[in-house]
Amino acid sequence: MAQRGIREYDAKKILAKHIVRFSNGKFTYPGKVALVTPDKSIEAESDEKPWLKTDKLTVKSDQLFGKRGKHGLILVGATYNEVKKWLEEKMNSTVEVGKSRGKLTHFLVQSFMEVDKEYYLAFTGHRNGDYIHFSRAGGVDIEANWDKVITINVPIAAKIEDVDLTPILNAARDADMETLGALITALFRLYRELQFGFLEFNPFSFTDGEFLPVDTVARLDDTAHFLCSEEWGDAEFPVPFGRELRQEEQYIKKLDEKSGSSLKLTMLNPQGRVWTMVAGGGASVIYADTVVDLGFGGELANYGEYSGDPSTGETYEYAKTILDLMTREKSENGKIFIIGGGIANFTDVAKTFDGIIMALEDYAEKLKEQGIKIYIRRGGPNYEVGLAKIREAGRRLGLDMEVHGPDLHMTKVVSIALKNLNGGA
Amino acid sequence: MTKPDYVLFDKDTTAIIFGNQPAAVQRMLDFDYLSGRVQPSVAAVINPSGGSKGLMKVFFGGREMVIPVYNNLGSAVEQHPEADVVINFASFRSAYNVSIEALEYPGIKTLVIIAEGLPERQTRELVALSKKLGKWIIGPATVGGFVPGAFKIGNAGGALSNLSMSKLYRSGSAGFVSKSGGMLNEMANMIALNSDGVYEGVAIGGDKYPGSTLVEHLLRYEANPNIKMMVVLGEVGGKDEYDIADALKDGKIKKPVIAWVTGTSAKVFPSEVQFGHAGAMARGEAETADAKNAALKEAGAIVPNSYDDFGDRIRDVYEDLKTKGVIEEKGEVTPQEIPVDYKPETMRRPTNIMSTISDDRGEELLYAGVPISKVIQEGYGVGDVVSLLWFKKRLPKYVTDFLELGLMLTADHGPCVSGAHNAIVTAMAGKDLTATVASGVLTIGPRFGGAIDGAAKNFKAALERGLTPRQFVDEMKDKNINIPGIGHRVKSVQNPDMRVKLIEDWAFANLPKHELLDYALEVEKITTAKRNNLILNVDGCVGIVFVDILRSTGIYTEDEIDEIINIGTLNGIFVLGRTIGMIGHYLDQNRLHSGLYRHPWDDVLYMLPDEEEVLKHRETK
Repeated sequence: MAQRGIREYDAKKILAKHIVRFSNGKFTYPGKVALVTPDKSIEAESDEKPWLKTDKLTVKSDQLFGKRGKHGLILVGATYNEVKKWLEEKMNSTVEVGKSRGKLTHFLVQSFMEVDKEYYLAFTGHRNGDYIHFSRAGGVDIEANWDKVITINVPIAAKIEDVDLTPILNAARDADMETLGALITALFRLYRELQFGFLEFNPFSFTDGEFLPVDTVARLDDTAHFLCSEEWGDAEFPVPFGRELRQEEQYIKKLDEKSGSSLKLTMLNPQGRVWTMVAGGGASVIYADTVVDLGFGGELANYGEYSGDPSTGETYEYAKTILDLMTREKSENGKIFIIGGGIANFTDVAKTFDGIIMALEDYAEKLKEQGIKIYIRRGGPNYEVGLAKIREAGRRLGLDMEVHGPDLHMTKVVSIALKNLNGGA
Repeated sequence: MTKPDYVLFDKDTTAIIFGNQPAAVQRMLDFDYLSGRVQPSVAAVINPSGGSKGLMKVFFGGREMVIPVYNNLGSAVEQHPEADVVINFASFRSAYNVSIEALEYPGIKTLVIIAEGLPERQTRELVALSKKLGKWIIGPATVGGFVPGAFKIGNAGGALSNLSMSKLYRSGSAGFVSKSGGMLNEMANMIALNSDGVYEGVAIGGDKYPGSTLVEHLLRYEANPNIKMMVVLGEVGGKDEYDIADALKDGKIKKPVIAWVTGTSAKVFPSEVQFGHAGAMARGEAETADAKNAALKEAGAIVPNSYDDFGDRIRDVYEDLKTKGVIEEKGEVTPQEIPVDYKPETMRRPTNIMSTISDDRGEELLYAGVPISKVIQEGYGVGDVVSLLWFKKRLPKYVTDFLELGLMLTADHGPCVSGAHNAIVTAMAGKDLTATVASGVLTIGPRFGGAIDGAAKNFKAALERGLTPRQFVDEMKDKNINIPGIGHRVKSVQNPDMRVKLIEDWAFANLPKHELLDYALEVEKITTAKRNNLILNVDGCVGIVFVDILRSTGIYTEDEIDEIINIGTLNGIFVLGRTIGMIGHYLDQNRLHSGLYRHPWDDVLYMLPDEEEVLKHRETK
């Protein structure tokens, strides 16, 4: 659905697999990398990758966050046994990185690269083209030294071979310019044709014939999977650090992948007392905003949206998942469930509400027992029928429910609902 | 008839729809009619997987009409040179190629891409191409937009009820642009409630790189003298809103802009949240909703405190413009009435068809109320399935066992019986499976295989009327009717039919009472005394035993059992069972590559009348 980060391990595997092709045979990168996880130990890896036991190694956490040196999550130039010991200490430990706290589960082990130069190279996209950023002073302080970075724009329709790289090559005055030019050209082609959204080497070095990326950060445009699945191999899109997907979120994700419609669920605070099920990518953001604006941000249990005319069955599964999470624990101060949405273009309100009603039937007893109040606002095709049906279901099931149509301002239902919730954040 | 550059759609605009989207087309035509357009806005439809050409039936108001359907864009563009819009409903896999093609036709000025999930690089290439050719792209990942009273893209604007509610059949004074397509209606409604309504509304789509940006549409609105005020709904992620701020500061936009950027809640979330749209994630402080709202405010846009008072700010601006005389009060327009579609949910109307045995509408297929998953997971047999669909009950195991026994015993009876013979001849004539089975099944009737019902009916009636076996036989003889279920062409007392024996044994072993079978065997004693091939045959035996079974279950009254027989249930066993054999014969003949069958002359006795005899009656008066 968008640009998503991949592991350094996967990025380097993709590089190793394709750099020869994109450089017309000029460069190789052997890709001596291994990924150690709770399920695959370094011993197990060393069966297939005997260099792990013979080479000097570098090991670092590989979970989509940077500044690993500052967090002591990198060990350079170590032996197999040193790395093994280090991994035993770090694996499954919990660390705090920026605002996120999470468990360390993935580590990249690579053959240690001795480099005498620390260059910086990154490719980023913008609307009309792509930028090449280069600096001869790469390394951890690149942000502080950003004024030394040379940037060249490559228009979207231009061939990289036709772009003048002279400013970059001049900046790397002591390097073999021709080789550097060929390397940047090859890497840019790889970035472009393999549908990267972002690709950074910091630092890297090279020889005539070999590319030496010490550190790599990459994002792929996952919507291009249908074009590049073979080239990407089994590259994963891990969730951001500290955001392990719950089983329920994973379930909705699978449902979403299989559906032509859109179904999204992110848990924010399972103990929260404000639960939402909102239709529409745009409207769902506005509902979340309104809950936060009204001072209940800390109580917001989930973010999510369903849209693109999902079937009754899909909507049922989606609603059931939310209701299940909502009713696991009773809150003494009460909970509210907002079933919201704008005026749909083509999502059939009656059909989707049938699914919601089925789920409400399943959870009616729990909802009543826990005193959960339901607030509904929706418009769009067949909304009269949908609202009438859910109103009837509310009566039949004895639920505490309030139903509104498009005549009520879209987010007004949020303030009505929150008035009925004790306390606030 | 050249339009100014700032006009993408007016009441003469016609579009080519790529994709088989009858619902979207109908919604466009409903809008057209409501708006009082003379010509429908859809010139042609492309159904790439369809045949060569065709027609799509649609309503224009109450009148039914057709729209030409092509299987490629080129033919449609050639046949409809006046159409300058392509609405591309192709999936994310093929949207790129279709879009390239559409942009390259000189006559196409505006391209709308509906699909969500286009690779960003593909979109950027399309943007570059459209700029080079001086064309507009709306989308991807959008429903499109509308110019009330003039033109509407696909599904934008929603159902008929909303078109009326948001007054999309007539022009207002506000130009509206949003990222979200889903919010298009909601905002049109909000604008209609707080001003004289929308002049034009466009949703650019939620992708990171939309084909046209918020500010590009605002600059168009700025140039359009009919638009007096502008409303923007932005979103967290990306920096497009800063272009609006810059345009305001540079004086490129002078009309009042009321803007709100959604996603202010992102800051309180525990970690990065990717909202519903691909572009909706802030990378860095500048892309947050708060930063963008602040920048817009600073540049002179009217920014509400939250979405809640967005409508109030729109009203303020509208009232202000009215006071200043910039906006003049327009008279309301009455839209043309559209006959309401027939809707089962909202109208009382007796249904034409009733089904009580199966239901495919829900989550799962139901056989007489039993979900198919249960049928499979709980190990139902073929007999159980027959039991559900024929009897609407899961009958006891011995009954379903008997059904299966019946199917197995009747599955085939060699190539020479009528059914198999017909099937074989048909297969040899080169006909397909369905024709072969049908020609075989059609022979089943009173003389061949159809005696199950008849036997059950006649024997049961005789027993109930208290006739002795002898009286029954005599009565049938008096009426000159062969007793159904008695007699076989080949089998006899000396050469018994093993199948009959098997059924009888089954009945003796499994049924506590088998009154009708006992009676039938008494009848058989009498008939075989006359001729040794007048035995109880397999049809008769199945029918008679089945009556004993139905009685033994205690589920049915005698009347109900009569109904089961009268509606042909028992013959169903033979038809179903024998179909297995006929399919077998079809497959057999095909494997053998048999040629056309021709009956040999010497097997036919030719006995034609004399020609003179035949013709002589013509002359007689």
